[in-house]
Amino acid sequence: MLDDRHGEAFVAFEHVQKSYDGQTLVVKDLNLSIGKGEFVTMLGPSGSGKTTCLMMLAGFETATHGEIRLDGKPINQVPPHKRGIGMVFQNYALFPHMTVGENLSFPLEVRGMPRDERETRVKRALDMVQMGKFINRRPAQLSGGQQQRIALARALVFDPQLVLMDEPLGALDKQLREHMQFEIKHLHEQLGITVVYVTHDQGEALTMSDRVAVFNDGRIQQLAPPAELYERPQNSFVAGFIGENNALAGTIEQLDGEKALVRLDDGGLIDATAVNIREKGQRTTVSIRPERVEFKPEMMPHGAHTIEAQVIEVIYMGDILRARLRVAGSENFVMKMRNTIGQTHLHAGQSVRIGWHPEDARALDPV
Amino acid sequence: MANTALDPHAAITTTASGVATQPLTTADGKPLVRALARSQSRARRKAFLLVLPLLAFIVITFVVPIGQMLQRSFHNDGFSANMPNISAWFAQTERGTQPDDAAWQALAADLQASAEARNIGVVGTRVNYDMPGTRSLFTSTGRKVRKGIEPPYRETLLEIDEEWADPQLWATMREVSTPYTANFYLASVDRTRDADGNIQQVDENQRVYLMLFWRTFWLSGLITALTFVLGFPIAHLLATLPMRKSNLLMILVLLPFWTSLLVRTTSWMVLLQQQGVINDILVWLGVIGGGQRLQMIYNQAGTIIAMTHILLPFMILPLYSVMRTINPSYVRAARSLGATSWTAFRRIYFPQTLPGLGAGAMLVFILAVGYYITPALVGGSSGQLISNMIAQHMTSTLNWSMAAALAALLLGAVLVLYWLYDRLVGVDNLKLG
Repeated sequence: MLDDRHGEAFVAFEHVQKSYDGQTLVVKDLNLSIGKGEFVTMLGPSGSGKTTCLMMLAGFETATHGEIRLDGKPINQVPPHKRGIGMVFQNYALFPHMTVGENLSFPLEVRGMPRDERETRVKRALDMVQMGKFINRRPAQLSGGQQQRIALARALVFDPQLVLMDEPLGALDKQLREHMQFEIKHLHEQLGITVVYVTHDQGEALTMSDRVAVFNDGRIQQLAPPAELYERPQNSFVAGFIGENNALAGTIEQLDGEKALVRLDDGGLIDATAVNIREKGQRTTVSIRPERVEFKPEMMPHGAHTIEAQVIEVIYMGDILRARLRVAGSENFVMKMRNTIGQTHLHAGQSVRIGWHPEDARALDPV
Repeated sequence: MANTALDPHAAITTTASGVATQPLTTADGKPLVRALARSQSRARRKAFLLVLPLLAFIVITFVVPIGQMLQRSFHNDGFSANMPNISAWFAQTERGTQPDDAAWQALAADLQASAEARNIGVVGTRVNYDMPGTRSLFTSTGRKVRKGIEPPYRETLLEIDEEWADPQLWATMREVSTPYTANFYLASVDRTRDADGNIQQVDENQRVYLMLFWRTFWLSGLITALTFVLGFPIAHLLATLPMRKSNLLMILVLLPFWTSLLVRTTSWMVLLQQQGVINDILVWLGVIGGGQRLQMIYNQAGTIIAMTHILLPFMILPLYSVMRTINPSYVRAARSLGATSWTAFRRIYFPQTLPGLGAGAMLVFILAVGYYITPALVGGSSGQLISNMIAQHMTSTLNWSMAAALAALLLGAVLVLYWLYDRLVGVDNLKLG
C-alpha cells in the first residue's frame, strides 16, 4: 500500500519503550510507520504489548522512552482530547445514560458545534452504519452488533483522520463478526481514513488489513501485507502464529545462497529456503504449510527430495481432507488435500513419500 | 394444522390466537390461571413457611410496638377513663357552656372516686400536658376530698383552690375529656386551643418544636452535603486504587464503625474543646489570639462535625459500590471523543454515580434526621435536634403521647421526602450495594 519510507508517515513510533513497573519492558524498542489511509493491524497473543501501543497512541498511556508522531508532530505531551483520534473500544463504551443520538452528538458538542449541524452529522453517521432508526434508543436496548455499529459511528462522526480499534469485534458471534469485518473494511475504503486495529484473531487481521504487525514479547516480529505474512514468515513465531504450520527440526547440511539442504534428526534429507539462518551446521526449524505438502510425485518439482511418511488418520472436513502423518518421529505432521473428483484417497497405515517445492519450506530459527 | 388435536399445547395456542376475551384453558379444559396457581402452590407454601419466622419476629418486635406507640399520639384516656361523670357532662353540653350544679357535682364525685382509687395523679398529668402547672391542683384537691366531699360542691372546691373557677381550666378539661385527640399534634407544631376551641399559636417563649424541626432538617441536609463533598473523592480513590491499597483504605473508612461511640465522642471533646488540641494549635500558630479560642463543641458546630464524621461511611459505601462498576473505558471514550477531563467527569462519570449518590444521600439524611446520641453528647443546647426532644418526652417528662406525635410527624416528613425523591429521581435508581 502506501509506502512510508519516504518520510511521509502519518503515524510514526520511533524507538518507543514502555514499562509499567520499572522492572520489565512491556514494549521493547518499537519502530512503526503507518501511511495515510492505511489499515494496519497489530496482531499478537495477549500480553504481547499490542494494546499498550494502541493506548500510547490514543494518549491514555505515556511512552517511557521514544517518540510518537502524528502527521509529523510529536504527540507525547498532547492530552488525549486534543489528539483528534477516533477510538472504538473492546466493550464499545457507549455512555449508558445517553441515547444513541446523544452518544453521537457528544463529540460534536464538546467541539462547540451548533445544534443543526450536529443533527445533520449525527444523522449522516447513523445512516452510514444503517442505524438511523435507533437514534432515540438507549445502548442497553440494542444488541451487541447494533452497539458495535453505534460505537463505530461515534468514533467517525467528528471526521477524525485516524481511528483506533481495540478488539472491537471480540464480543460478537462468528457470523456477525465476519459481516462486521467487511463493513469496517468498506467504511475504511469509502472514507479514506487511517485505521490502527488491534486483535488477537489472525483471520480478522488477514481479512481486513493492508499490513499486519505481528507482536510478541514487546517487539514487532514481522510487519508485512497479509499474503506475505502467510507465505513468507520471517521467523518461527510468525510461522507458528499465523495459520496452521508443520515444524520439522534439523541441521543445515548445505547452504547455497537461499537454497538449503536440511538433515532431519532421523536422518532424512529435505529441501528448504534459508530465511534467518547464516551458516552450515546451524540448528533450524523448517516450516511448511499443510496445503503445500505433496504426496503425488508428478506434482513435485524435478529433483526434489522426498521423505517417508506414514498415514495415522484421515479426517473428512468437507471442502478438504486432512491427513495426520508420522514424519521424522513426529506424529503431528498435517497434510491438507482438496476434496476433488479423482483425488487419491489415503487410508490409515498407508506409507507415502512426501515432498514440496523448496520455496514452500522455510528454514527458520530453531524453536 | 392437521395435528392440532394431537398436540396438547395446540389447544392453548389456538385459544390464544382465537377470541382474545375468552380465558385460556389447558388441554383438558380447566382454566389456565387456576392450573398454574395449583401447580405452583406447593412451592409458594414452602417459601412462605420459610419466611414465617422473620415475619412473626418483625410483627412482634416492630409493627406492634410502633403501632401502639403511634396510637398514643392521638389516643390518651388518662382523663376520660378516670373521670367518667364529668366527661359525660362535657359530652352532653356545648363548648363554652358555664359549669352548672350538675357539672360541679359530677366533678366532685369523679375527683373523690379517682382520689380514692389513687388515680388522681394520672388525671392531673393528662390535664397538665395541655395546661402546664395544673397537676398539683388535682393532687392537692384529691388529698382533701379523698375521705368524702359535701355539697355545695362548687363552694367547697373553690374553698380548696380558687383555680377551679378558671374558665381556661374548664376548657382544657373539656378538651381532654375525650380519649381521641389531635391536640398532641397541634402541640407538636406549636399550636394550642384557646378557651373557645380555636387553634392558635402558643406564646412566643414556648415555641420550640417547629424551630427544632427546621433545625433538624436543615442540619441533616447540611450534613448530607458535607458527607458528599468529603466522601466522593475517597469513594473514587477506593474504586480506582489497586485492591491491596484500597482494602487498607477501606479499613480506615470503616474504623469509625468499629470504635465505641463513647470513645469517638470523647476524642472529639479532646480535640474540639476550648482548651483542646485544635484550639491550642491555632493559638500556637498565631491564627487566633489566646483570648479568642473557638467554641467548636457543645453547640451546632459540634453536632455538625461529629455527625458528619459518624455518617461518612454511609455515603462512601454506596458511592464506592457504584463507582467500582463504572468501567474506566467510559471516561477514556469521552476523552478520546474530545472532552476535557472536567467535561468527561461532569457529563459521563458523575451521572453514572447518581444511583449511589442518591442511596448515600437518602441513608445519611434519614439517619441524621433521627440521630439522638451524638447531639445529646456534643450538641450543647443550640445543637439539639428534634429527636432529643422526643427522648426528653420519653424519659423525663413522661409525656409519651407528645413523644409519639413528634415521632409521627418526623416519620411523615421523611416519607414525604422519600416520595419527592421518588418523583424526581426514581427509587428504582437507588443502588445500595
